[in-house]
Amino acid sequence: MVPLSWYLTLSAALFSIGLFGVLARRNAVAILLGIELMLNAVNINLVAFWRYGDPAMITGQVFAIIVFAVAAAEVAVGLALIISVYRNRNTVIANDIDMLKW
Amino acid sequence: MTIEMLIWLIPLPPLLAFFLIILFTNKNKALSHWVAVGAAALSWLGSMIVFMRALKVEHLSQHPFHSSINWLPTADTWFKIGILIDPVGAATLFFVAWTIFMIFVYSVGYQNFGQPEGDHDIKGLPPHGATVIDPNGHKHKVPSVEPMYSRFFAFLGLFACGMYTLVVSDNLLTMFIGWEIMGLCSYLLIGFWYGKESARNAAIKAFMTTRIGDVFMLLGIAFLYTATGTLSFRTIFSEEVLKALATTPAFFGLSTAGAIGLLLFIGTVGKSAQWPLHVWLPDAMEGPTPVSAMIHAATMVSAGVYAVIRMFPLITADFSGHGLTPTMSIIAFIGAFTALFAATIAVAQNDIKRVLAYSTISQLGYMIAALGIGAYVAGAFHLVTHAFFKALLFLGSGSVIHGMEHGVLHTGDHNIDPQDMFNMGGLRRKMPITFWTFLIGGFALSGFPILTAGFWSKDEILADAFGHGHLVVFIVLALAALLTAFYTMRQISLTFLGEPRSKAAEHAQETPWTMTVPLIILAVFAISYGWVGIPEHFPIIGGLIPNWFHEFVGSTLAEIPEGVGFNIVPLITSLCVALGGLFLGWLVYHNVKTGAIDPFKKPLGPIHTLLKKKYYFDEIYDFLFVKPAYWIAETLVSKWMDNGVIDGILHGIAWAGSHLGTLLRNYIDAPVVNGFGDLVGEGTKKIGASIRPIQSGRIQNYMLTSLVVLIVVGGLLYYLLVLA
Repeated sequence: MVPLSWYLTLSAALFSIGLFGVLARRNAVAILLGIELMLNAVNINLVAFWRYGDPAMITGQVFAIIVFAVAAAEVAVGLALIISVYRNRNTVIANDIDMLKW
Repeated sequence: MTIEMLIWLIPLPPLLAFFLIILFTNKNKALSHWVAVGAAALSWLGSMIVFMRALKVEHLSQHPFHSSINWLPTADTWFKIGILIDPVGAATLFFVAWTIFMIFVYSVGYQNFGQPEGDHDIKGLPPHGATVIDPNGHKHKVPSVEPMYSRFFAFLGLFACGMYTLVVSDNLLTMFIGWEIMGLCSYLLIGFWYGKESARNAAIKAFMTTRIGDVFMLLGIAFLYTATGTLSFRTIFSEEVLKALATTPAFFGLSTAGAIGLLLFIGTVGKSAQWPLHVWLPDAMEGPTPVSAMIHAATMVSAGVYAVIRMFPLITADFSGHGLTPTMSIIAFIGAFTALFAATIAVAQNDIKRVLAYSTISQLGYMIAALGIGAYVAGAFHLVTHAFFKALLFLGSGSVIHGMEHGVLHTGDHNIDPQDMFNMGGLRRKMPITFWTFLIGGFALSGFPILTAGFWSKDEILADAFGHGHLVVFIVLALAALLTAFYTMRQISLTFLGEPRSKAAEHAQETPWTMTVPLIILAVFAISYGWVGIPEHFPIIGGLIPNWFHEFVGSTLAEIPEGVGFNIVPLITSLCVALGGLFLGWLVYHNVKTGAIDPFKKPLGPIHTLLKKKYYFDEIYDFLFVKPAYWIAETLVSKWMDNGVIDGILHGIAWAGSHLGTLLRNYIDAPVVNGFGDLVGEGTKKIGASIRPIQSGRIQNYMLTSLVVLIVVGGLLYYLLVLA
């Protein structure tokens, strides 16, 4: 069996790629993509720990499914926001959307 | 109505008149004088009823009209005030009522009632006269009515109230209240023409001078109250109280009675213008003439002598009959000295009223001297007769001045002083009634033998002084009497005899009936009142009329004083000085020509100047008291104490406060408190400004920051919690 550390390493790599995408990409949609990557890295973790921890329980799977649901909802809200911003400001570049200050 | 109730009411009508006039009727001159004269008439009527009833009571001194009420609670007892009419009170009430009533009537004429309003009269100045055009088209200058006519009668009313209160009081306190009311009124009335500076000064002078005496009198009253616990005459004059007072020593070797008597006497010195507090009285002539008569004859100055007469039992409590007590010696000395001293001044005065003023001082000195040597009845007798003839003389002089003013207005020569006797002369033909009444008054004052009242009273004083062996007093008083007769005749001669010495005197005119009728009535008293006091042992006419006054008034004392036996020496002296003085006066002055100087000026030389200047008493007092008082007030108190010290302290405090404030502000408030506040504010601003770029608004920056912080904090926690 593949050792747990491999899953964790994969998950960490995936999370880091996602994080880099969130921090470095200029396009808001791409940032959203990055977030998805990070969420799924978490899912890998959850499932891996479940499998190597206590397989009798299904908690890991349930959590993963909940994360899917939340991620789906989040994407829906996130995309809606992006569309709304685009309509108002005519851009999806994250650096241009600097309204979060006084 | 009981007689006591009536006595209570006597002082009331003039007081009511005062309030009525000042509150309601002051716009209406006629109504005002009717109110005032009516009130005076009511009081006069009441006084006459009381006097008549008093005559009918046998042994009035044992059973005087007396009633009192509780007034002021003093611990567990009451201070009582009330009324008392004993023989002295009744005799005083008689002359006071008459003179006051006459003066009220006289004032109507004197203040020119019925004359037109003046052309340019100002309130506070004597009326200047009015121009009228007669049917033929000729312009005449006539006297004009006093602008403050009603006010004058209001003051007179208050004055009368004060005097009646004083006379009917049964205790020293209400007596003192009446005394002070008169003090106030004399101030108001002397300063009646307040537009004249001299009148203002005279008013202040009179008030201040009498105040000195009053303070001592108040001290005497307080002393008496402490010593006996009562101020009621009847209680004080009971034998045991007097004995206790006479035997308790006080200070300076005086008994308590003597000390109190002396203090009360100083009040009299002020009020009755005795040396050394005499200076106010001549200046008081600035007031309208009825005021002079009111103050100098009927009321205020008599009040002083009346007070001594009232307190006589107290003053003589330790008098055994041989050798005067210290208090009595002082009283006798001051009286006799004043009598002579004032008479000498009167000789050299040219102002008709001033002569009378000094004559009043002199005559009051007579009474005081008489009381000082224990001649109680003689003093009281002279008080009464003097009140009549001096009121007569003052009113007569007012009538003369009035006539002269008429002449001045007629001729239009306003440089003529209508009061200067050297501008008069020959007025006997112009003003016959005034002349004859003035002559009677003057003869009474000089003590013209047998006929006049002044002779009997003055003779009695001289006889008393001689009979009881007070030779010095006798000689001094006899000299004063000589001078009195002399200056009186000088006055009469200069005023009425000879030829007119000015145009104004040529055109003088007799005064209206409201002025002459009081003169006539007073003249009757100036003659006839003496007849009630003719000594029994007087040759020929003695005993024809019983010596009523002596028995009546003398009975006030515990033991009726023995009338002195007849002695030819004082009688001869009295006759000589009176007739001699009159003759001398006539001889020197009966034919003074126009523009002549006083015939006595040359032979007397500097002495005449000394007399004319009243022994420089005004100047001495000015130097000794007035100037230092001004210096104390202006320089010491105002400039140094008030402006210098007190204001200095205040300014210093203000300066120090201001500077302390500046210091606090510059070194504490601004740098420390403000600095701290500013530092916090500015610091916050600076910090804000410096970390402001962190908030870029870019979500990715925030996240990066969060990541860095997370890593750092996480690493730190890991290091601290796990590794360490």
